[in-house]
Amino acid sequence: MTLTEILFYAFSAVLIVAAVGVITARNPVHAALFLVFAFFNSAILWLLMEAEFLAIVLVLVYVGAVMVLFLFVVMMLDINLAQMREGFTRYAPLGIVIAALVVIEIGSVVWVKQLGVDAAPALATGAEGYSNTRDLGELLYTKYLYPFELAAVLLLLAIVAAISLTMRQRRGVKTQDIAAQVSVRAKDRIRLVKMDAEKDA
Amino acid sequence: MESMITNLGMHAVAAEIFLTCAICVILLVDVFLNDRLRWVTYALSLASLAGCAWMTLRYGVDERFLAFDGMFVGDAMGDLLKLFSYGTVAVTFIYSREYLQRRGLFKGEYFILGLVALLGIMVMVSAGNLLTVYLGVELLSLSLYAMIAFDRDSSIAAESAMKYFVLGAISSGMLLYGFSIVYGIAGTLQIDELALALREVGVSHLGLVFALVFIISGIAFKFGAVPFHMWVPDVYHGAPTPVTLFIGAAPKISSFVLAIRVLAEGLDSLVANWQDMLIVISVLSMALGNIVAIAQTNLKRMLAYSTISHVGFILLGILAGTTDGYQAAMYYTFAYVIMSVGSFGMILLLAREGFEADRIEDFRGLNRKSPWFAAMMLMFMFSTAGVPPFIGFWAKLEVIAAVLNVGLAWLAAAAVVFSVIGAFYYLRVVKVMYFDEPTDAVAIEAGGTLRTVLSVNGLAVLALGIAPSILIELCARALP
Repeated sequence: MTLTEILFYAFSAVLIVAAVGVITARNPVHAALFLVFAFFNSAILWLLMEAEFLAIVLVLVYVGAVMVLFLFVVMMLDINLAQMREGFTRYAPLGIVIAALVVIEIGSVVWVKQLGVDAAPALATGAEGYSNTRDLGELLYTKYLYPFELAAVLLLLAIVAAISLTMRQRRGVKTQDIAAQVSVRAKDRIRLVKMDAEKDA
Repeated sequence: MESMITNLGMHAVAAEIFLTCAICVILLVDVFLNDRLRWVTYALSLASLAGCAWMTLRYGVDERFLAFDGMFVGDAMGDLLKLFSYGTVAVTFIYSREYLQRRGLFKGEYFILGLVALLGIMVMVSAGNLLTVYLGVELLSLSLYAMIAFDRDSSIAAESAMKYFVLGAISSGMLLYGFSIVYGIAGTLQIDELALALREVGVSHLGLVFALVFIISGIAFKFGAVPFHMWVPDVYHGAPTPVTLFIGAAPKISSFVLAIRVLAEGLDSLVANWQDMLIVISVLSMALGNIVAIAQTNLKRMLAYSTISHVGFILLGILAGTTDGYQAAMYYTFAYVIMSVGSFGMILLLAREGFEADRIEDFRGLNRKSPWFAAMMLMFMFSTAGVPPFIGFWAKLEVIAAVLNVGLAWLAAAAVVFSVIGAFYYLRVVKVMYFDEPTDAVAIEAGGTLRTVLSVNGLAVLALGIAPSILIELCARALP
């Protein structure tokens, strides 16, 4: 076993433990942290495959942005654990039956019969000075230009949809209107009333 | 640079580029409009649809044309489907305007999301790669999720949007999973290369069948076919009527093209495998759709079940696996969209402040109030039931003939039986309009544009039924 293989098996094992942790952790915050851990490990697996760019993007985007946001949301939610687990025993038998069925079906396809796919061949290693990022960028802006632009439209759509679903003009909100404040005149605010100093007896 | 784009072909993608720019412009213009000037957004949306139509006609291609390194396919079928989609979306917008104005929902988002959904449909129509197919699916579905939840004061709309979102995400996942297995086996996502590669792999490859199950499930979900139909009644019922109208029309074209591009073009060597799966889905859809629709009192829900049954008929044409069958399915899709737009248009016509007109009893005595529009509804219902001489009859005839030609006589017989069962609930609407007394004396409030376009729509159902060859020949020319 080479060093790379040992590293691969070590990190894969940790990855699987982390993935199991995501679904078995009782506390949602722990589950989210397990997911972060799983992302880190998959990033390392990618590094082993010389896909440096993907590895770094996974850490930056998923761990750095998406998961942190996700953690915030999970922490803000007031989750009642007892209530969440209420229906569990009731639905467990049905869930187990379906899970068993799926496992048997997939198992019969993958293991019992031959898939006709050989074990993955050894990965080709890049030459000296080969830049994974450069190649990806080149492909992204040439061959995959059309899907790339469509993905951009998809993001624009997500922004429009999110704004249209959440922005609501509420009435009675105390906001400042600078223009109205600047253009106010004294006589709008104060009314001087002429009165006698004394009341007539 | 070693890998320059060998084949850009920007002109073929003119309509898509134009629509994307138009969406950005409308998005910006809409921000600066106050509610009184909102009609500008509406007018700009219609103008951009007209612009797209001009682009497609101007840069239309006669023969198959690949652009963007094969990511985009321009062909006669694509052009026809796109032109039809522009028309459908334009009619949808025109029907929806008054309803939206009356409910205070006349906002730019409806039109912008609608146009992005149309862009998704166009991308799917011209997809030459499974990657673009998937991006088109997502563009369309994401816009639809947001459109359904767009009336935020309605809790039933939010609920149906949530259901659709969760189920839609699962189905997209299944579709993607299927694609990824196919990629693993064939080593390409390019649809034409895929067809060649899979012919070498052979039909008996188990992994391929495994992938096919996932892909079929994804496609059946997007169609709303049994057993993946659960979302259809709830979404049709829960969404605001203009959104229901939108979902019931143009996205059906995209579901059809999804099946054609992926199954008929990409996985054509597996036709024997997917034919069996589609037969089951199709028979179940026709049976469940037609039988459950009988029990409905809500017209939108009834039309939802009717959609499920019509999807069964569209699948009949596709599962035949012959060019005749695909043409018939395309013709059926067109006919269905024309009828569906009209039926929902009738609900929008009768709706007014505080009155949705979405129950069957709301159509009571329509003949007394407006004999003309009662006749229109009569034509829509007769046509949907498949009564000659309306367009729906020819559509059913074509798909049944296609199935008979491949020797599936029992399937054709089943289709006929189910369409007879289905006739019952369409005729009930007609009975309610003509033989029941009206419950109120309120006249139809809708304005002139809606009345005119709806009348044209109704007459089209009749005219295309009397001269069916026009549309049939168009389909035959698009799918040689």
